[in-house]
Amino acid sequence: MDIFSPGFLNYLISLGTMSGIYAVLCLGLNLQWGFAGLFNAGIAAFFAIGAYTTAILTTPESPNYLGGFGLPIVLAWPIAMLLSGVIAWAIGRICLRLRGDYLAMATIGIAEVIRLLIKNEAWLTAGTRGIPNIARPFEGLPSTWNHLAFMGLVMALVAIIYWAAERAWASPWGRTMRAIRDSDMAAAAIGKDVTQFRVEAFVLGAMVMALGGALSAHYFKFLGLSATEPMMVTFLVWVMLIVGGSGNNRGAILGALIIWIIWSATELLTNRLPGEWITRTSYIRVLLIGILLQVVLQRFAKGLVPERPPRMIDDKPESR
Amino acid sequence: MSLLQIDKLVAGYGAVDILNGIDLAVEPGKISVIVGPNGAGKSTALKAIFGLAQIREGRVLFQGDDITRQPADRLVARGIAYVPQERNVFRSLSVRENLEMGAFLKPGDIARRIEAVMGLFPPLREKLKQAAGELSGGQRQMVAMGRALMLEPKLLMLDEPTAGLSPLYMDQIFDRVIAINQSGVGVLLVEQNAKQALAIGHVGYVLATGRNRFTDSAANLLVNREVAESFLGG
Amino acid sequence: MIALSDFINLYLLPGLVVGCIYALGAIGISLLFGILRFAHFAHGDMMTLGAYLAIIFTANFDWSPYAALPITVIGTALVALLLDRAFYKPFRRSAGIVTVIASFGVMLMLRSAIQLIWGVDVKTYDIGIRFPMEFGMLKIAPRQVTIVLVTAALVIALHLFLSRTRLGKAMRAVSDDPDLARVSGINVEQVVRWTWIIGAGLAAAGGVFIGIQTKVHPNMGWDLLLPLFAAAVLGGIGRPYGAVAGGLAIGLCQELATYPWFSEEPFIAPGYKPAVAFSVMVIMLIWRPTGLFRGRAF
Repeated sequence: MDIFSPGFLNYLISLGTMSGIYAVLCLGLNLQWGFAGLFNAGIAAFFAIGAYTTAILTTPESPNYLGGFGLPIVLAWPIAMLLSGVIAWAIGRICLRLRGDYLAMATIGIAEVIRLLIKNEAWLTAGTRGIPNIARPFEGLPSTWNHLAFMGLVMALVAIIYWAAERAWASPWGRTMRAIRDSDMAAAAIGKDVTQFRVEAFVLGAMVMALGGALSAHYFKFLGLSATEPMMVTFLVWVMLIVGGSGNNRGAILGALIIWIIWSATELLTNRLPGEWITRTSYIRVLLIGILLQVVLQRFAKGLVPERPPRMIDDKPESR
Repeated sequence: MSLLQIDKLVAGYGAVDILNGIDLAVEPGKISVIVGPNGAGKSTALKAIFGLAQIREGRVLFQGDDITRQPADRLVARGIAYVPQERNVFRSLSVRENLEMGAFLKPGDIARRIEAVMGLFPPLREKLKQAAGELSGGQRQMVAMGRALMLEPKLLMLDEPTAGLSPLYMDQIFDRVIAINQSGVGVLLVEQNAKQALAIGHVGYVLATGRNRFTDSAANLLVNREVAESFLGG
Repeated sequence: MIALSDFINLYLLPGLVVGCIYALGAIGISLLFGILRFAHFAHGDMMTLGAYLAIIFTANFDWSPYAALPITVIGTALVALLLDRAFYKPFRRSAGIVTVIASFGVMLMLRSAIQLIWGVDVKTYDIGIRFPMEFGMLKIAPRQVTIVLVTAALVIALHLFLSRTRLGKAMRAVSDDPDLARVSGINVEQVVRWTWIIGAGLAAAGGVFIGIQTKVHPNMGWDLLLPLFAAAVLGGIGRPYGAVAGGLAIGLCQELATYPWFSEEPFIAPGYKPAVAFSVMVIMLIWRPTGLFRGRAF
C-alpha cells in the first residue's frame, strides 16, 4: 500500500472530517454529561434536528419536500442550533427538576418522536426518499482541495467549541455546574438554582449536537432516515466520550478520534470479507464496541484523559 | 468480656471524619448510654457498626469477635439489632409485615415472636394490618423496636428513639427500653434527652466533636457538675 | 361512522392485548427501578430475547409458542442474572445514572448478539391460521384470549408473591428503603436476584406474546422502550401494580388514538402511535411525576 497515494490521502481527509464531526457531538455531550451529569439517550434527535433544518433551509426548491429557501450556511446553521436549543429547553424544563432517569427516558421519547416526524412528514423532510443535493462548502475548489478545506472548517469549529468549553469549564458557571453534578443538594443549599443551571447545560449541549448534525448533512450531501438511527449517533458518541474521558474536553476529542479510527478501520477490513460475513461482522463490531464500553466503565471509569479541576482563571491573586 | 467493645474508632462519610477515635463498651445485660451535643458523632457510632458510615480506623468487637466492617446481615445473625433514628419502618408495609422483615434471617416460629412483641407493645395489636407509614411517631417507634427484637437479639442499638415524640410517648419508650433490658438484652442507647437516658442507663458516655469527653457510671455522670452544666442543660 | 362492533374488534381488543404486553414489560422496569434505582434501558431487548428464544423451539422442534413459554421465561431469567452479575453488580454502590449507561450498553450488545445469531429478517412463529371465535358481533381471536388470560394469571401470581411470600415482602421492603432493609438483616442481593428473575421472566412472556400476536424482529426492543417507560411513569415508577395499569392504559391509548373520533380519518395517524405514549409520559411528568397511583418521585 502506497501511503502517498491519493486514495490514502482521501481516506485520511475523510477520517479527519468524520472524527471532527464526532468530536463536535462529543463536546456537546460533554457539556451535558461531563459538566452537568445529565444522561441524554437521544443525541440522535438533536443531531437530526440540526441536519434536517440546515438541509431544508439551504437546498434548492424540490417537489419532494419543503425546500427552496436557499439560505446561506452562515444563517442556516445558527437557525438549526437555535431550534435544537428550543426543543432541548422545553424537555429540560419538564424533566430536569426530577431525577436523572426521567430525563433519560424522556430523551428516548424525543428521539422516537423526531424519527417518526422525519419518517412520516414527507412533505417536510422527504421521508424515506431522503434529501439529496445538499451543497458542501468550498465545492468550487478542485476535488481533494475542497475535501481538505471542509476538513479545515470542521477542525476550526472543533477548536472554537473546545476553546469555549474550556473557558466555561474554568468559569464560575462551570464550577457551579460541577458542584451540582456532584451533589445537587449541596449546591441547592448554597442558593443555586439547580434546575436552571442544568437546563442551560442541556440546551448548550443540544445546540452543539445540532451543529454536528448540520456538518454531517453538508459533508455527505445527502440526508436520509439513517441520520435518526440511534446506533450510529447516540451510542457511538456515548462510547467515545466514556472512553475518552467524560468531564474532559480533550478526552472528548481524543475519544472521538480513537473510536472513529477503530470503527472505520474495522469497516475497511470487514468489507473485504465475502457477502454473508459483511453483515455478520458488523454486528460483532457493535458487540465488541459494547464490551469496550463496559470494560471502560468498570475498569477505567475516568477514561483515557481523566477529568481535572481547572486552573482557576479568575482567582489568580489567591495563588500568589 | 464485654458484649460490645469499640476501640479507637475513626469513622465518617465521604472525605469527612465525624468520629476521631472513640472507645465505648456495652456489658451483657446492661444499658450503655451515649449523650452529647448535636454533631458530636453519637449516631455515627451506630451507623459505622452497620456500614452506613465508613470505618477508617479502629475495631469493633462483639463477644470478643472482631466484627469490624462485617455486612449487616452477618451482624443481625450474630444477635445485634439496630433501630435507626429516621426512616426506621417500611412505610408501605403493614405492621405485621414490618415485624416479619425483622425475622427475615430465621423465618421459623414467627407467630410466637410476634406475640412476644405484642406483649411488649400492646398498642400495636390492633394496628397489625395497617401500613406502618400511617401510624403516629410513637407507634412507628414501637414498630421499629419490635422489628429489631424479632430475632431475639443479644444487643439492641437504639438511635434517639424518643426524638420528636410527645412526653407521654417518651416515657412509654424509656419504660419499654427498661423492660427489654430486664429480659436480658444489652442496650446501646443514643439520646438527646440526656437526663432521662442516663437515669435508666448503667454506663454513660459523653461525646463531643467526635471524642470521648466523659466516661463514667450513668449515676455519677448525672451528678457530675461539669457534665450537668455543659451537656445536660444545667 | 364505524360500527360499534368494529370499534371493539379493531381498536378496543387490540388495545387490550397490546396493553397486556406492555404491562408485562413495564412491571419489570418498575420493580427494577424500585429495587436497584435505575431505569433499565435493556428491558425492551429482554423482551426481544424472550421472543427469539421461543423461536428455537418453534422452528427446530415444532413446538407451539405456548409450550415454549415456560422454558423461554426461565432462559431469559438466567441471561438476566448473568448480565446483572457481569454488567450491573459492579455499580451497586455507584450513582444510578452510571448503571443506566451500562444498561444502554447492554441494550446494544443484546441486540447485536440477536442479530448475529438469528439475522435481521422478520420472523414469525408459524402457528397456522385460526379463525376468530364469534360472539354475536364480537370477533375474538383465540390468541387474544390466551394472551389476556395468561397475563392476568401472571399478574395474580405476582400479587400473591409480593403479598404472601417472605421474599416478595422483602422485595417490597427493599423498594421502600434499601438501607433499612439491609440493617434489618434482609439479604438484599438475594432480593435483587429474584427481582431480575421476575422482571426478565415477565418481559420474556411479553416478548413471546408479541411474536404470537404479530412478528419478531431484532429492533422490536427499541420500539418497545418508549411505551414501557411511559407505562412505568404513568403507573408511578417503583409500583408493580401501577405498571400493570399503566401498561394497559398506554396500550389502549395508542390503539384508540387511531380511531376516527371526529372525522372519517384516524384521529392520530397509525404511524404516530409511539408519540401517543410519549405525550402521555410528558403530561404525567408535568402534572404528576409520582404517577397515577402516587408512587414516589425519585
